[in-house]
Amino acid sequence: MSAVPAVPPPVSAEVDGLRLLLTPPAARTGWRIVPARVVAMCVVELQKLRHDRTELYTRAIQPALWLLIFGETFTRLRAIPTGNIPYLDYMAPGIIAQSAMFIAIFYGIQIIWERDSGVLTKLLVTPTPRAALVMGKAFASGVKAVIQAVVVIIIAALLGVALTWNPLRLLGVAVAVVLGSAFFSCLSVTIAGIVLTRDRLMGIGQAITMPLFFASNALYPVALMPGWLKAISTVNPLSYQVDALRGLLLGTSDHLATDFGVLVLAAALAIAAASSLLGRLAR
Amino acid sequence: MKSAEEAVGCTGLEYAFGGTRAVDGLDLSVGAGEVFGLLGPNGAGKTTAIRAMTTLLPVPSGMVRVFGQDVARQKMAVRRLLGYVPQALSADAGLTGRENVALFARVFDVSRRERAARVAAALEAVGLGDAADRLAGTYSGGMVRRLELAQALVSAPRLLVLDEPTIGLDPIARTSVWERIGEIRAATGMTVLVTTHYMDEADQYCDRVALMHRGRIRGLGTPEQLKAEVDAERRAAASASGESEPAPPTLEDVFRHFSGDGMAGAPDDQTERFRDVRRTRRTASRVG
Repeated sequence: MSAVPAVPPPVSAEVDGLRLLLTPPAARTGWRIVPARVVAMCVVELQKLRHDRTELYTRAIQPALWLLIFGETFTRLRAIPTGNIPYLDYMAPGIIAQSAMFIAIFYGIQIIWERDSGVLTKLLVTPTPRAALVMGKAFASGVKAVIQAVVVIIIAALLGVALTWNPLRLLGVAVAVVLGSAFFSCLSVTIAGIVLTRDRLMGIGQAITMPLFFASNALYPVALMPGWLKAISTVNPLSYQVDALRGLLLGTSDHLATDFGVLVLAAALAIAAASSLLGRLAR
Repeated sequence: MKSAEEAVGCTGLEYAFGGTRAVDGLDLSVGAGEVFGLLGPNGAGKTTAIRAMTTLLPVPSGMVRVFGQDVARQKMAVRRLLGYVPQALSADAGLTGRENVALFARVFDVSRRERAARVAAALEAVGLGDAADRLAGTYSGGMVRRLELAQALVSAPRLLVLDEPTIGLDPIARTSVWERIGEIRAATGMTVLVTTHYMDEADQYCDRVALMHRGRIRGLGTPEQLKAEVDAERRAAASASGESEPAPPTLEDVFRHFSGDGMAGAPDDQTERFRDVRRTRRTASRVG
């Protein structure tokens, strides 16, 4: 067959800068890849938020309404026995977890959109293991959820909820929020990998958010629940997230180790499931 | 081409979606440093072949090699050699041009020390230096394509894979995208594998082309060779039947000659998949 042209055409001055682009970067290896990719994905989320903050404001509306309307009303009703803690204080950590979960459960829609637009395809052709990509996306959604949690904590403080201001405990809150968000967003990506279309994912997301919310200790103590609901609540990671947040913010819980253990395990399983199904979205 | 280093090699590549054989026994060898065009109508299997070469499809080992590495076994190593621009517009509209390129610098492990300079160089190389800090959502279709080129270039790939890079662009933007590709190849010596169904572009810019139809290669060579071959056959046929001399063939005539039915001839079986068409139209509408 023929040969390639022997003499390359003259190079314009503009392209001289390309000399810098002649050497491939030194590859990271082993364990260093995953944290680097997670940082890259989180940086992108923060950059997007800097350009368009609308999402932060709209995300604050729902939790604010829950605290202002539901919380204020039920505090006065005293219908739910929460020991010596005012009901508003009791539910505030639940609302932090719930509002983060409601957003994360639809994260798969963004992944399907990125699939359709080519963004995901292109990322899949970079030296990024599937699990690192999914972890990066999961923690990026966690970063957004933390910002949202800050808003809820501020609203709660304005409503007179006695929350902790201990920085270590608040750091623990951030970790619990990130882990919970990572679990629910990866659950969503897993479902996306199975159903493959936005419409179906929307339907399933709508169908499971309320049951997850009500079958948890976000709004009322588990002790009040009938046996079958208790059983669901025991396997619902949202319950452990709420328990951890309540323990850290109000100082009520003494099973923080269990809570964080369950959250880490749940997040790890969801990341594994989502990464094994991610390839299906690219085909 | 066997004498030179092989950038991409496919041996008996097959891939089926359900019952549809999108790629059906594809043999292909792209030499290092070439601009190689994979040509064919919608549904010919070009995009599927590209996806197999870029590790996006699970293919058995031994079928596809990129610079000697087996795509099925050495996925990460192959990805480090690739710069890939998919058919759909894939830049993130919510980020600036610079941030879009920086993301790819990060995921290809460009060190922090080099990152800013490399990102700037990649943006300059595609003529987006001035627009770098605007949101990509404000770019024109041609600018988005050039931004995607910069994203692919920032990791100094040895093989640049472009799937329909000029689809939906106006003629001026098409020319500018091709000129950038030419300049980059000249400066870096990288191999460029491009799919297109614009025969005029392939004729003008590709060193060699492969004509693909229904999952297989039907013709292979430089545009001049292929045209000369068809021209000779036509002249022979014309002189035998005593007709006047035929006009010199275009690459599109060549394609019609090799495929038997031509560009519009993809029959209504399942060769053209709904999702591909939808993606093409969406890309075209976003560009326009």
